[in-house]
Amino acid sequence: MPAVAETLDTVQSVTEGTYKWGFETEIEMDFAPKGLNEDTVRFISAQKKEPEWLLEWRLKAFATWQRMQEPRWPAVKYPPIDYQDAYYYAAPKKKDGPKSLDEVDPELLKTYAKLGIPLKEQAILAGVEGAGDSPSEGGRMPIAVDAVFDSVSVATSYKERLAKDGIIFCAISEAVQEHPELVRQYLGTVVPPGDNFYAALNSAVFTDGSFVYIPKGVRCPMELSTYFRINAKSTGQFERTLIIADEGAIVSYLEGCTAPMRDENQLHAAVVELVALDDASIKYSTVQNWYPGDAEGRGGIYNFVTKRAQCRGKRSKVSWTQVETGSAITWKYPSCVLLGDDSVGEFYSVAITNNYQQADTGTKMIHVGKRTTSTIVSKGISAGKGQNTYRGLVRIAPTASAARNFTQCDSLLIGDQCGAHTVPYIENRNMSAKVEHEATTSRIAEDQLFYCRQRGLSEEDAVGLIVNGFCREVLKELPMEFAVEAQKLLQISLEGSVG
Amino acid sequence: MNTVVHSGAEGFLHRFDGLRARLPGQRLAWVQALREGAAEQFRAAGFPTRRVEAWKYTDLRPVADAAFDEALTILGDGEGLPAPRGERRAVFVDGRFREEHSSLDGASFAVGSLAHELPRLESRLGALARPGEEALVALNTMLFEDGLVITVPAGIAGGVLELSSIASRSERPSAFHPRHLIRLEAGASLTIIEEASGPEGTRYLHNPVFEIELAEGAVLTHARIQREGVKGFQLGTVYARIEAGATYDNFTLNAGGRLVRNEIHAVLAGPKSTCHMNGAQLLRDGQHADTTTVLDHAAPDCASRQTYKTVLQGKSRGVFQGKIHVHQVAQRTDGYQMNQALLLSPEAEIDSKPQLEIYADDVKCSHGATVGALDAEQLFYLRARGIPEGKARSMLVEAFLQEAIEGVTDETARAALEEAVAGWWSKEAA
Repeated sequence: MPAVAETLDTVQSVTEGTYKWGFETEIEMDFAPKGLNEDTVRFISAQKKEPEWLLEWRLKAFATWQRMQEPRWPAVKYPPIDYQDAYYYAAPKKKDGPKSLDEVDPELLKTYAKLGIPLKEQAILAGVEGAGDSPSEGGRMPIAVDAVFDSVSVATSYKERLAKDGIIFCAISEAVQEHPELVRQYLGTVVPPGDNFYAALNSAVFTDGSFVYIPKGVRCPMELSTYFRINAKSTGQFERTLIIADEGAIVSYLEGCTAPMRDENQLHAAVVELVALDDASIKYSTVQNWYPGDAEGRGGIYNFVTKRAQCRGKRSKVSWTQVETGSAITWKYPSCVLLGDDSVGEFYSVAITNNYQQADTGTKMIHVGKRTTSTIVSKGISAGKGQNTYRGLVRIAPTASAARNFTQCDSLLIGDQCGAHTVPYIENRNMSAKVEHEATTSRIAEDQLFYCRQRGLSEEDAVGLIVNGFCREVLKELPMEFAVEAQKLLQISLEGSVG
Repeated sequence: MNTVVHSGAEGFLHRFDGLRARLPGQRLAWVQALREGAAEQFRAAGFPTRRVEAWKYTDLRPVADAAFDEALTILGDGEGLPAPRGERRAVFVDGRFREEHSSLDGASFAVGSLAHELPRLESRLGALARPGEEALVALNTMLFEDGLVITVPAGIAGGVLELSSIASRSERPSAFHPRHLIRLEAGASLTIIEEASGPEGTRYLHNPVFEIELAEGAVLTHARIQREGVKGFQLGTVYARIEAGATYDNFTLNAGGRLVRNEIHAVLAGPKSTCHMNGAQLLRDGQHADTTTVLDHAAPDCASRQTYKTVLQGKSRGVFQGKIHVHQVAQRTDGYQMNQALLLSPEAEIDSKPQLEIYADDVKCSHGATVGALDAEQLFYLRARGIPEGKARSMLVEAFLQEAIEGVTDETARAALEEAVAGWWSKEAA
């Protein structure tokens, strides 16, 4: 579809007044009783048939969480969250594997269809026996999808293809059973259970998420991908993702999200841990499009996420790319701890806030190793009554000789009711390090708009075009599959912000 | 985790209890109420700890632990007072105005001691600097004994006024909290060259608060040279309100003291007003200097410029925190801020937190920060032309600082600042 037609199409789908992906699938669920106490933690652990050490770990995290206070420093406002008024565990009822798509719960298929997941992958996701064994058609490099339908991974595809290279890509609960030594070795070593309020909560009650291990010297033959969905009413989602790239390994991981329309606010507190050993490289891309609430600011997801990477090895590299268009509130700082000499950290971000959305997002680059380098490019767009804050830290430890950081934060304001804020922290304790930070704030220039309008573009299309240009540096970092979706999302998110 | 500092606060509150009856203005009900209110605020808040975001990088424990338990302010004789630069000068010794050292005759505007003028200052004192907002303002309000009061009438060019403050040599730590009130009426202008110094071996606290009101079209140049003694603390706070078309041009040079905070709150309150805040921090081993600025763009069509430079030697620590707040009404704001640090020692540390908070859409705001050592290529360039390393280094440092000083438009003020920087650097090279 040509870009313009596609844009019109997506814009239209929104102007009809509803969130395109705002549907709810009715599937039977297993629930843990509402509320949060030690029994909830034990219930989750028992449901997952977890070993004793993990239960202890969870209980310790829960005890820590009880002593902690919710952070108040982010520049976001929301009513107090009642942590007792939520379900902490919900899993689709497990049936024996269906023989074909015809046997799959039609509600589940409808969900996939609306998400635009190809039929072939739908079969794999729904756990149809035998699906995913044959090579993919059309010679296109497949994407391995680990769909998280609410809390439990419904299916993991391309597993066998990956297993040939010794790659482990599975649900973390499965990894706990199959590879306990790896999980135990790495879990909580990047984001310790007591790291912050939401990380502690997650450590206590996490129900699922992805686990990836790329062995020494292996380049992952395909992009690994997870679709997150928040589905059942009033369930918080607490994913835990752990990715380990062993020496010389290379992996690209995609995380994409859409969520059904809700009136109640929903809490999402995920933890993502990345570990890169010598010469390893991890690229982690996110397109986040959870329900942002309606035009009056009702409903929407609270997205309080802890994402952190440790570049433990020499010459290791971690690159975070995120496009944040959804959620009522986003509180998220994908960070890199650069321990290994010559390691590299990158953070590319686009965050859009429209209507009453609030985003407080950024990164931390902690330089410890020698000659470590980091790059931060952040593009914030505020429209409507949205509030958008970049908050970032660059810290150069005394050991980080000849470390280098470059940071660029640009904000774009659309309309006079929104806000754009920049709060960078720079801490340097090594004279041979060099840190540079630049930030600008402006609005869409009249002359740019005029130029586009004069050539027959509608005001909305012109804004879309300019915004895409503004974000280009970040969008080009996204893998192909995401780049297209991301551009569409930018346009949809800004719907109704001009004119 | 940091502990809450109470000891220091208690010491000052105790001091207030002892001094209460002897502080100026105690027969004025409003002054009394102001002081008692401030004491309550200070009792409740105590000295800010590093858990308070605005004090994240500066630890006031050395001040709190110093126990300034003097019952009476020392009144030294002005020993070590630097020579005057020009004709007019107001001299403060240990925070008290000293007429015998001052020369204010023939000034085209009203200038005098705050202690003396106090009965006529009800509407001005505390109009901008409110004790509830900053603990150090509360401390100052509770204990101020004197200060300078300046009123430049409409349309008058006030010329240059020096404001010299000196601490006396003493065995016991002393603290003084002068309150300076400066008002320029419509179209008036003035240049203030402020210099604070003190003896090398004496521990003291200088806690000045400035309240500056600039009416329509007024122009104030405020050059501040801080050369406190090596054991001195200076915690200074400036509040400035800038009305339509007025200009406030502040330059602060932090070159002395053991622990120094230079905090500026400026409000661009009227359309087309301008604020320049520039400064340099020159730090040696053992020094800690913090420049914190809060600039409120509260009216449309205003411009602000900030350039701050820090040079660090030995085991010193520099802090820069600069916030630009653009209110929703402040359309067509033009804001720029740059802060740069040069680390000349492996033990030095710089912490920088530039911040933009923007609620208007038609704005042009940017900030930048760079931190690093002297550029090896620039050094090589100079060395290749036969310039010895020491000389080459000082040339580069001077050039680095010059950029901030260049912004000062008033020539007298600029010359004073250049001289102070050169003085610091020559001592450094020696």
